[in-house]
Amino acid sequence: MARKEVQEVNAGSMADIAFLLLIFFLVTTTMDSDTGLATLLPPDVEQEPDDTPPIKERNVFAVLLNSQNQLLVEGKPMRMEDLTEATKEFVENTANLENLPEKKLTEVPFFGMYEVSKGVISLRNDRGTEYQAYLMVQNELTRAYNELRQGLARRKFGKDYKELEDEERKAIRKIYPKRISEAEPKNVGGK
Amino acid sequence: MAKFRKKKSGGQPAINTASLPDIVFMLLFFFMVSTTMKEVDLKVEVRPAQATEIEKLENKELVTFIYVGVPAKQFQALYGSEPRIQLNDQFATVPDIQSYIAQSRDAMKESEQAKMIVSIKADKECPMGVITDIKQALRKAAALKLNYSANQKMEVR
Repeated sequence: MARKEVQEVNAGSMADIAFLLLIFFLVTTTMDSDTGLATLLPPDVEQEPDDTPPIKERNVFAVLLNSQNQLLVEGKPMRMEDLTEATKEFVENTANLENLPEKKLTEVPFFGMYEVSKGVISLRNDRGTEYQAYLMVQNELTRAYNELRQGLARRKFGKDYKELEDEERKAIRKIYPKRISEAEPKNVGGK
Repeated sequence: MAKFRKKKSGGQPAINTASLPDIVFMLLFFFMVSTTMKEVDLKVEVRPAQATEIEKLENKELVTFIYVGVPAKQFQALYGSEPRIQLNDQFATVPDIQSYIAQSRDAMKESEQAKMIVSIKADKECPMGVITDIKQALRKAAALKLNYSANQKMEVR
């Protein structure tokens, strides 16, 4: 007697089809997420207001980058590797030196009255500077601020800066504001 | 007479592969969801620069890209070998940036327009002159959140 069975759909090739699709998506997938250095540009002003008080010499940290990708910091040549430390020293001014920036007592939440540095970093680059070199300078300056903020977060809250609450982070940002001023472009040295 | 030797005792039963398609489909869906098809064909050569203090660009919808670099080989006859700007799918000049920014801002949701980020993807050897021009144009277009695209650098200091 012949057995009557419902014919099953042959699903053997299903796997092959699925594999084909899978391989297609595997090949076309780009998993890389975009990363980069975040900065904020100053808003466009038609003309410079003339009544801005001049910033004192001691409060300015002049960083120049020429077309040969050489660094001049406060009038002295410097290697890229030393920039972070120099920046930290400038912003912190632990010894309250005469030639490093002044401090201003400011009310900061969580900290009470805190001496906030008035230092401004002035970055100027040549039109011929390589993008990578410019990025390295930006990177080192950002690193200096990140390390300062991280250090303070650890001392005050015992946590990493990244793990802080928004309010706490805001307070730390108030103590170490990232003030990088980029001058209007001009040719610095060479060509 | 072994005409119908039905039962081979030595043969092992085949592994049931019925669930294999399910597994593969699961993988497939994972890749389908995580896939982002390349939106633009790069016409300029961009070798990414490197940095350590980088942040992730979380929300892709907020980001507008500007590519800067030397035109790719097949375009060099037409566009030369000086670094050029690419917006969307075509070569552009600095004055085009303002309208490009306005355009991509209009394409965004109104509530998100203020959060717009412009990412500059420039070749690492590209001179800063072009990028400075772009920055000035971005300031004019009031797109102030800027991101210098860079990859993670491995060695530390």
